[in-house]
Amino acid sequence: MSLAPQCSLNSVSNGDKDGVVIDCDVRELYYGKFKAVRDTRIAIERGKITAFIGPSGCGKSTVLRCLNRMNDLVRGFRFEGQVCFQGTDIYHNSIDPVAVRRYIGMVFQQPNPFAMSIFRNVAFGLKLNGYKGDKAERVENALRRAALWDEVKDKLHDSGLSLSGGQQQRLCIARAIATQPQVLLMDEPCSALDPIATRRIEDLMLELKQNFTIVIVTHNLQQAQRVADKTGFLYVDTTQGGRTGYLVEYGETRQIFEDPVEKYTQDYISGRFS
Amino acid sequence: MAETGTNATSKGDSITRAPTAFEKHGNTAFRLASYLFAWMTVLLVLYIAYTIARQAVPAMSKYGWGFVTGTKWDPNTKEFGVLPEIWGTLYSSLLALVLGTLFGVAVAVYLSEHYLGFLVFSVLKLFGVQFHPFWGKLPDRLEVLLKNLIELLAAIPSVVYGLWGIYFIIPLIRPLCQWFQVKLGWIPIFSTTLSGPGMLPAGIVLSVMIMPTIAAISLNSLLAVPPKLRQAAYGLGATRWETILGVILPTASKGIFGAVILAFGRALGETMALAMLIGNSNVISWSLFSPGNTLAALLANNFAEAGPGEIGVLMFAALILLGITLLVNVVGAFILDKASSGREGAKR
Repeated sequence: MSLAPQCSLNSVSNGDKDGVVIDCDVRELYYGKFKAVRDTRIAIERGKITAFIGPSGCGKSTVLRCLNRMNDLVRGFRFEGQVCFQGTDIYHNSIDPVAVRRYIGMVFQQPNPFAMSIFRNVAFGLKLNGYKGDKAERVENALRRAALWDEVKDKLHDSGLSLSGGQQQRLCIARAIATQPQVLLMDEPCSALDPIATRRIEDLMLELKQNFTIVIVTHNLQQAQRVADKTGFLYVDTTQGGRTGYLVEYGETRQIFEDPVEKYTQDYISGRFS
Repeated sequence: MAETGTNATSKGDSITRAPTAFEKHGNTAFRLASYLFAWMTVLLVLYIAYTIARQAVPAMSKYGWGFVTGTKWDPNTKEFGVLPEIWGTLYSSLLALVLGTLFGVAVAVYLSEHYLGFLVFSVLKLFGVQFHPFWGKLPDRLEVLLKNLIELLAAIPSVVYGLWGIYFIIPLIRPLCQWFQVKLGWIPIFSTTLSGPGMLPAGIVLSVMIMPTIAAISLNSLLAVPPKLRQAAYGLGATRWETILGVILPTASKGIFGAVILAFGRALGETMALAMLIGNSNVISWSLFSPGNTLAALLANNFAEAGPGEIGVLMFAALILLGITLLVNVVGAFILDKASSGREGAKR
């Protein structure tokens, strides 16, 4: 993507351009006539975990899906703004959304392994990218990093669907990281899991942080506090008749939770409204 | 409950009660009735097979295996053999299956991927009417229309297909067949000339007849693939093509295979159109252009003039046809079961 269109967003929030992997500026985002998100500017920093929090319908998942152009699959999606990935405008006409998704991986809310063996699930991305090397090694490596290897090493050729929910989610993480994307987007990855499985995924995120930049959407505030370095709080604006999400506040997790600037943020994290 | 206000949950207001004796017995009666009807259907199938087998017994004891391996059918000399018919039944059905699966699955993929919808949407977008209450629904309506049109193919009577085959398909393909025979005659499947009715026209018409079955059932199983799997594939950076081929079709393969087996069963038993198109001659040939015969067509063509001794022979042939269809379905179910054994929990 080196010859790609240059990003025209000027310097990022703190001026440290090298630290920012994705600079996301959503000015307006529509699904059909529905304005889903407005005025959300978030700079995702390398090697950190960034969490998006906020009430249901505030557009946090929508913003996340902007980052790897998953929203392009939705009929009637329209985007005004810019998302810069390592200095490249990924919404430029010359950019293929499919290519973007190879550099920026994604883990979904519902575990979604394919109806094929564990091995082939993890190797799927390798195949897509035309990887000619030692697949077995890559698969093992990804499964180890996803903290799943010990549980599945003797049954790599069993169906991915034979695993438990938490194992399936770790399998999906392994599948996403097998090709070593730069960024990993996680859309409420624990909401379908029990607390023990959730804890394992959180530990895993902290491990993965060393190699990947992670962006996570969660409506579990404790989870954001436990794993995230930076947190963005989005809220719903109903003043103009619609339900448009926007970024209220973005900063260090500690600051958002202990010393929020905005009143909305304070109300939300103290549970005064849901 | 509104009148009692604060006391809405008090005991006197509750309308819960145990089921009455009538409701309980109604339940039992309903269950017994469904048992009865279900078993009656099963018994009917067995009874049909039994009556056919009973009437076939004389012919079976007289001709034995020679009936299955014989290649002559001559009521005058009382020589009967159905090998060409067995060959023709399987050949025409498999030919139809190849063509029908190709087109049927393609149609199902086209519809399940909403290609038509996207096409219409992009046209509508040019006119800026993407979200108009009526025009915005046009793509979906066109898709439903197309689906119904394809299912309509299954509603065309068999004899109409036969006529269409004789007066349209055969004249249409004959020049092409001639060319293949002249240029590529050394290949067994092109080795004879098409003089009118034959395997190829029969197979083509038969494939049109079974295509709706394959398309409809494949479409349902493609639509049943959880959207989250599609999301997963796109999320990994798969193109649409890679997603369809690598994820959607394999996940739906069980349903598609079931559709093919069902269509195969239909093709094996199809009678009227084949009796009109296949040529009704006892020939065993690899050639696509050679005439042939099928068991079903044989029965249809011979029952009217059958003498007392011949009825048993026809029943024997009918029993063989029944056996082949049954075998196909059982083997299909078995393969289906094997193929899906690694996928338990797919519904999770």
